[in-house]
Amino acid sequence: MSSIGSGYDLSASQFSPDGRVFQVEYANKAVEASGTIVALRCKDGVAFAVEKIVTSRLYESGSNKRIHNVDQHIGMAVAGLLADARQLLTVARDEAKQYKYDYGVSIPVKYLADRLAMYMHAYTLYGFVRPFGCFILLAAYESDGPQLYGVEPSGVTYNYFGIAVGKAQQTAKTEIEKLKLSELKLEDGIKEAAKIIYQVHDEVKDRMFELELSWVGKVNDGKHERVPTNVFEDAEKFAKASLEEADDDDDEM
Amino acid sequence: MDVLNPMTYDAEEDQLRDRTKYSQMDKHLIPVEFQQQPVSTGTTIVAVEYDGGVIIGADTRTSSGTFVMNRFTDKLTQLTDRIFCLRSGSAADTQAIAQVVTYQLDFLSAEMNEPPLVRIAANCVRRMIYQYRDDFLAGMIVAGWDKKLGGQVYSCPLGGLLVRQPVTLGGSGSTYIWGYLDNNYRPNMTQQECYDFVLKGITLAITRDGSSGGCARIAIINKDGVERIDVLGNDLPKVFDL
Repeated sequence: MSSIGSGYDLSASQFSPDGRVFQVEYANKAVEASGTIVALRCKDGVAFAVEKIVTSRLYESGSNKRIHNVDQHIGMAVAGLLADARQLLTVARDEAKQYKYDYGVSIPVKYLADRLAMYMHAYTLYGFVRPFGCFILLAAYESDGPQLYGVEPSGVTYNYFGIAVGKAQQTAKTEIEKLKLSELKLEDGIKEAAKIIYQVHDEVKDRMFELELSWVGKVNDGKHERVPTNVFEDAEKFAKASLEEADDDDDEM
Repeated sequence: MDVLNPMTYDAEEDQLRDRTKYSQMDKHLIPVEFQQQPVSTGTTIVAVEYDGGVIIGADTRTSSGTFVMNRFTDKLTQLTDRIFCLRSGSAADTQAIAQVVTYQLDFLSAEMNEPPLVRIAANCVRRMIYQYRDDFLAGMIVAGWDKKLGGQVYSCPLGGLLVRQPVTLGGSGSTYIWGYLDNNYRPNMTQQECYDFVLKGITLAITRDGSSGGCARIAIINKDGVERIDVLGNDLPKVFDL
């Protein structure tokens, strides 16, 4: 679905005749070209699973992570241009720090998502900057339950039950819709997320990838972290096993 | 800022402050009391948490040295719908802090689309006191109710400390009733018991502290709202007169 901007796509400060800002749409294309992220808001927590595509065997494993911590209780997963995301991570951390300094309590994730969205939106208004080419996912487990927010390059935020972003987002979304998220426990949700990543990973186009898994929920008291090694291995095993069952859809669970 | 219930503002105090600076002649015109002492809410303030809310109370005397500037002051200043602060120390300083914090909380609740937490209000007050600790003379108590933690009382004394306590006292009159508190406070008191405790404490302090006096103003804050009770002088509980 490629549309030619024909002259109205040179800067973010221009509208096209049919009311689109092409630069923002092109930013979304950058997001669609990145490795897939699957995020699930389960009954008692949020799980992130990221397909981190590795382009060379010479890279050290674990470099260029795509899941980060903003404050102790908020996790951020990024899709799109990694360098852009790094700046947004710094901005998010500053916001969280300032909120804590001003008000003495940890920043609520909804508020952080709004502030980050305002920041990203500001870059879609002017001709001398370009929009951020990344989609940010924020997860936390707060007093009113698990929360999952996403911020697009245009600066719009959404509150999600489940979302997939990146190369295989359409396929992954279909898989997510098959799950009953409101009844899913976090320990099972993390396995399902890993399984979806393995399922949608394109073996032909991107040979190597590293799986990144993280969670935040009742199980770790609301502190976002990468999953412990044993949980990681279990999830990987589950994901690989379900792959081997070819087009079987009734996996154990 | 409600037009029908404006915050207590001492016009005399404000004008006097300027007047004493302008002319040396004033020394001969203004009574000695005005010149020498800053206006302070030499005070008794009490706040206690109970299951479901808080009960706060204060006396009503604002003094400038030995002159009672205002004998029916309202020291219970509303910051938000369910959060109050009790002011002791310099009247001007505490009024200024309350005004600024009210604005900050108003702005924050608009951004967050929900009422602010009591802890946040207490932090805003504490930050101002700490930031200007060399200039301000303000000992404040922030108390209220929020959805997350229920009734809470936070003490923000002179230097810029913040600590949550189930019951706390403040002001010059509080020194006379710490013993009363230690002897009579028990955790998990009912609303009526807490009310009686607060009222009796203020009364006892009024009888002994020269800078506290007048009536007692009490407020009960819970999820249903704020109930304000003014207990006038002759209705205060009887204390044995020696």
